[in-house]
Amino acid sequence: MAGWTHHDGQAISLPLDNVDTDQLIPARFMSIPRAQGYGGHLLYDLRRDEAGDLRSDFPVNRWPNASILIAGRNFGCGSSREAAVYALVDAGFRAVIAPGFGDIFAGNAVNNGLLPAQVETDMVAALTAATPGTAQIDLENRRIVMGDVQAEFALGDAARTKLINGWDDIDLTRAEAERITAYRATRAQSAPWVWPG
Amino acid sequence: MITGLDAVEQTRRILPRPRIRLELGQSSGIDMTAPQTLLDKLWSAHEIRKRADGASLLWVDRHLVHEGSHHGFAKLAARGLPVAEPALTFAVVDHYAPVRDRDHIADPDIARMIRTLEQNADTHGLRIFGLKDPAQGIVHVIGPEQGLTLPGLLVTCGDSHTSTHGALGALAFGIGATEVAHVLATQTVWQVKPRAMRITVEGTLGPGVSAKDIALNWISRLGTDGARGHAVEYAGSTIRGLSVEGRLTLCNLSIEGGARFGMVAPDAVALEYLRGRPMAPEDAVWDRAVNTWGALHTNDGASFDREAQFDAADIAPTVTWGTSPEQALPIDAALPDPSRLPDYKAGAAKDALDYMGLSPGRPVEGVPVDQVFIGSCTNARIEDLRMAAAVLAGRRAQVPGQVSPGSALVRAQAEQEGLDRIFTNAGLDWVQSGCSLCVGMNGEMVGPGKRCASSTNRNFRGRQGPGARTHLMSPAMVAAAAVAGHLIDVRPMLEGRI
Ligand code: SF4
Repeated sequence: MAGWTHHDGQAISLPLDNVDTDQLIPARFMSIPRAQGYGGHLLYDLRRDEAGDLRSDFPVNRWPNASILIAGRNFGCGSSREAAVYALVDAGFRAVIAPGFGDIFAGNAVNNGLLPAQVETDMVAALTAATPGTAQIDLENRRIVMGDVQAEFALGDAARTKLINGWDDIDLTRAEAERITAYRATRAQSAPWVWPG
Repeated sequence: MITGLDAVEQTRRILPRPRIRLELGQSSGIDMTAPQTLLDKLWSAHEIRKRADGASLLWVDRHLVHEGSHHGFAKLAARGLPVAEPALTFAVVDHYAPVRDRDHIADPDIARMIRTLEQNADTHGLRIFGLKDPAQGIVHVIGPEQGLTLPGLLVTCGDSHTSTHGALGALAFGIGATEVAHVLATQTVWQVKPRAMRITVEGTLGPGVSAKDIALNWISRLGTDGARGHAVEYAGSTIRGLSVEGRLTLCNLSIEGGARFGMVAPDAVALEYLRGRPMAPEDAVWDRAVNTWGALHTNDGASFDREAQFDAADIAPTVTWGTSPEQALPIDAALPDPSRLPDYKAGAAKDALDYMGLSPGRPVEGVPVDQVFIGSCTNARIEDLRMAAAVLAGRRAQVPGQVSPGSALVRAQAEQEGLDRIFTNAGLDWVQSGCSLCVGMNGEMVGPGKRCASSTNRNFRGRQGPGARTHLMSPAMVAAAAVAGHLIDVRPMLEGRI
């Protein structure tokens, strides 16, 4: 996964609260291998009308080149399915801006290079009012600029360093092998019931 | 009736408390003289290392995998790595499990998902609870049932309802596929410590009111993001009075209130539940474990980042009316009227009422249902089935429905008690164990526009199938809805029966 510090792209808005992971990608698409791409399944049922045709007025359909999504409160709540993040990333998104995110979704996003930018509710409203338009994201300074609107976003240090460095956790952790081995030995001594039978 | 404004008022009951600054050492973590929360104790016991940016490397004692973990195994295979601790990794077939005819899986995708898990378990030498296993069931039901879940353990699973296991005093949380691959490869996980929140419930629950109602109640008052960023510890006399089954239900639903972790300090009730379980320690090791677990509680004077208090006497049987678990009301309330709600709630309420096909302001009671479902990791344990059966005994369901026990062992127990016959005599289908209609991955779905009274945990749009309308409630309330053919207060129907 490549790290990044700046992104300029088209921002669109999806002004709905509680867009949950079941809406981001319905369960029936979860058995597909990642190699086939998840972008077409993003917000599958919301994007379509009753006949199953794409709704031309739905933001993600109308601006297929958008890379920044400005959403409502509690985006990505619900399940741990990382496929919700795959669907956004495969559809070309690099950042989601919202007043808040489901905790597991935010972690999954960072693990896939997608920025979950938490912005105060009134600033989300100001950014939403400026869509569709181009936005500039500065990850190092945690800032988003859209026309005259400038917003700061909250992002934990751990998430920020990881996005910037494009870290692969497994490689990082394997460098900790000695500490892990030592911990394991202590654990086996102090809590032998951890290893059943 | 709870109006939007009442909800805002309720939110004010959360008393902000000053945070104590803890001196964080390099590995042992915390100043041992300061009073600690249960979260502090569980966290520091698993912390291998803390990075300057705040992320902790935590040791994982139990990693539970299911069919949906295929992305994690694929990432592991792409690196050619083995599973680090096969003896601490357990595989469960549940999400895609057929609950009717297990010998003939018609859908090739479903058959492939199950086969892939079996192959991964075989390749890495993992214990698998497969379709034919007498202990098969839903991952969050069989963990506690087998004694795999123990106090003080750190439990991860690629499933958000992993919070369930915290009911026994474990540090348990759901993880995504990248993290699943990481745990498989290293038996550790990087996490930033959540803030600590305590939800205290005092008093006695009324008859017919259960842990499900406690959960829907606090979520409706605090919102689905009410506990976001926090680990919730449940405390108070009502919680101590709950059975382990009830605590599991409560911790299960923590994620619907935004909390990745739910927990209850282990006590005599928890120990009684665990003793003699297949994977629980025995004899001298058990005694030693019990001794260690005695320290797993929040010390007097320990500080929480947030506190919320509820009175059990205020909690009525509760049902959801919308498309988010926070859109819930007592059964004797009336639906909201968006034109009378504050702006920030009106839009969502209107959309939800439209999707659910409900008119504003009408009473919750009397909303007709098309079908019912009793099942899921939230409410399909033996106690849940007993409550539903208490309502259904000698009565007929007006609508079709099915009962899917949380595990094959729960199923066997229920059959021994004759509960299966109560369900089938009432006209409901008695099927095998799996996630089933909770998520619709095994091919079963609620039809478009159909309304289902359900003992599950999510009423999201399309959760039970495209266009499906889900009302969440306790198993007893689902049983009552089956008998009446519409949403109804279960309390009068239980008189003289419990
Ligand atoms: S029963 Fe439902 S919530 Fe529980 S693990 Fe299965 S799909 Fe998830």
